[in-house]
Amino acid sequence: MKILVPLKRVVDYNVKVRPLPDNSNVDLNNAKMSVNPFCEIALEEAVRIKEAGNAEEVIAVTVGKTESQEQLRTALALGADRAILIESDLLLEPLAISKVLAKVVEQESPDLIILGKQAIDGDNNQTGQMLASMLDYPQATNASEVNLEGDKVKVTREIDGGLQTLQLNKPAIVTTDLRLNEPRYASLPNIMKAKKKELTVINVSDLGIDVNPRTELLSVELPPSRDAGIIVESVDELVEKLKNEAKVIT
Amino acid sequence: MSILVIAEHDNSSLKGATLNTVTAATCLNGEVTLLVAGSNISTVLDEAKKISGISNIISCDDELYKNFLAEDLTNLVISIADAYSYILTPATTFGKNLLPRVSAKLDVQQISDIISVESEDTFKRPIYAGSCIATVKSNDSKKLITVRSTAFDAAPMDNTDVSVESIDSVIGTNISEFVGEEIAKSDRPELTAANIVVSGGRGMQSGDNFHLLDSIADKLGAAVGASRAAVDAGFVPNDYQVGQTGKIVAPDLYIAVGISGAIQHLAGMKDSKVIVAINKDEDAPIFQVADYGLVADLFEALPALNAQL
Repeated sequence: MKILVPLKRVVDYNVKVRPLPDNSNVDLNNAKMSVNPFCEIALEEAVRIKEAGNAEEVIAVTVGKTESQEQLRTALALGADRAILIESDLLLEPLAISKVLAKVVEQESPDLIILGKQAIDGDNNQTGQMLASMLDYPQATNASEVNLEGDKVKVTREIDGGLQTLQLNKPAIVTTDLRLNEPRYASLPNIMKAKKKELTVINVSDLGIDVNPRTELLSVELPPSRDAGIIVESVDELVEKLKNEAKVIT
Repeated sequence: MSILVIAEHDNSSLKGATLNTVTAATCLNGEVTLLVAGSNISTVLDEAKKISGISNIISCDDELYKNFLAEDLTNLVISIADAYSYILTPATTFGKNLLPRVSAKLDVQQISDIISVESEDTFKRPIYAGSCIATVKSNDSKKLITVRSTAFDAAPMDNTDVSVESIDSVIGTNISEFVGEEIAKSDRPELTAANIVVSGGRGMQSGDNFHLLDSIADKLGAAVGASRAAVDAGFVPNDYQVGQTGKIVAPDLYIAVGISGAIQHLAGMKDSKVIVAINKDEDAPIFQVADYGLVADLFEALPALNAQL
C-alpha cells in the first residue's frame, strides 16, 4: 500500500501574526515557518501505518515556493520515503491546490491520502474534501482514529457533540484532527539521512492546470480589541458584580 | 438572485446554527430557500416552516441521507445547484465536511467561516486563529459560503407561510458507509448553544478536578468547556474544546478557570458578552480580555464560588 501525505509550509504556530502597516496582507517578514501542525499529525499517522507493516511507501507532497523544500526535508526526516514539491511562486488557493494534488494522485495512485483538516494560516478546512470530490473518493474528515481493514478504512471522526465512525472504500481520503496521534520529533541521524532521500521538484506550470486565483484579499486588519476589565479582590465581590453590575447571573 | 441554505439537523430537530446561517443569507439580496435532506424528517420540516426570512423549503426524505454522508449529500446539492447564486451552510463539522466537496464539483473557491457580509461578493473572515480578520472578495459567479454562527443572530421563528417542495434523491455513491455514532449525552446545554460556559484549562491539573466545574455549571445551567491544553493533557474529551481548533462560543457569560489565554483559545471565546477569568498567575493573558479577573488559586476559589451560588 502507498500513502500520500500532502502538507503545507505555514507560519509557526507560536508566531503572533499581525497585519502589514498598509493592511494589504499579514506581515510574515522573518517569521519562523514550520510544517502545519495538522499535517505533522497526518504524516505521523502514515509513518505509523508503514511501521506497523501495513504500507510500503509514504510520499510527502507540497505545493508552494522553493523554500517549502525545508518542510519536505522535515517530512523525510520524520519518516516519509520520498517527497515531491510542486513549485509555485504564487500562493495558491485550496481549490487550485486540490487540482494540483489530484494530478499528483493520478501519477502516484496512492491507496490512502492523509492530510491535515486545516492549515493554521488560512483556516479554510477545504483541501481534503475538495480533493476527495475531484477524485470521487470517499472522505473522512477530523479523524481521531484510523484502522485499516482489508480494502476498507475505518475512521472515527470528531463531530460536534461526539464521535462518528465511517467505513470507506479505498482509495480514500482522511483528514486529521488534533487527537489522532502525537507526532514524533526528528532525530539527528534521521535528519542526516533525510538529506539523501529523493525530493522531486515539478513546476506547477508544467501540469497544465488553471491555478488562477478566484478571490481577492482586499484587506487584513486586527480584530476589534477587547479592553481588560477590572480585577476583583474576592469571590464575594465577583458574584456581587456578576449579579448586580453585569446582570448575567441571578 | 437565489440563495440556498443547507439545513443542519438530526432528523428530529433543526440545529441552532441553521438559524444563524439563514440570517447571514438574508444579508444578501435574494430569495432564501432552505434544503432539508434526511430521513423521516417531518418534525424538522414543521420546525423549518416557522423560520423567518426563508421563502421556500426543498425537502428530500430518503434513508440514503439519514447519516448525512458528504458523498451522497454532495450529489443531491449538485442536482439543484444550478438555480442558486449562493449556497450557504453553517461552519460546523457538518458544513465544513460537506460544502468543500460541493464547491470542488462546481469549480468554486469556497469562502469559509464568514463573520460578516460586506456586499454581494465581499465577506470578512478570521484567519491565523483569529489573530487577523481578512476582507475577501469572491470573483466566482457562484458563491459557496460557510457561516460562523456566533457572528449572526438566530433568525426568528415566526414565519407562517412557507411552501415545501419535495425532490427526488440522487442514486447513492456506495463508497462510504456509516458504522456508528457516540453522541455525548448530557443534561447540560450544548457548548455552542449555552448562555453560560464554564471552562477549565491546564490549571485544573487533572480530569477529576473538572467536577469542581461541573457542580458550578449545574447551578448556573451552564455548559462545561476546556482549553486545548486541558484536552491535550487528556483531562477531558475533545468535544469540550473551545478555541480555533475546537468550538467557537459566544455566551452571555464565559468563566475561564485555570486558562492562561493562548490566542488559540481566545479565538474561540472572545466574542462572549461577559468574560470572567480565575487564574493564580496575574500576568496570564486571559486577564487582558476579561471583564472581571480574580487572581486566586482555583482550588480555593471554585469551592467558594460554588457555595455562593
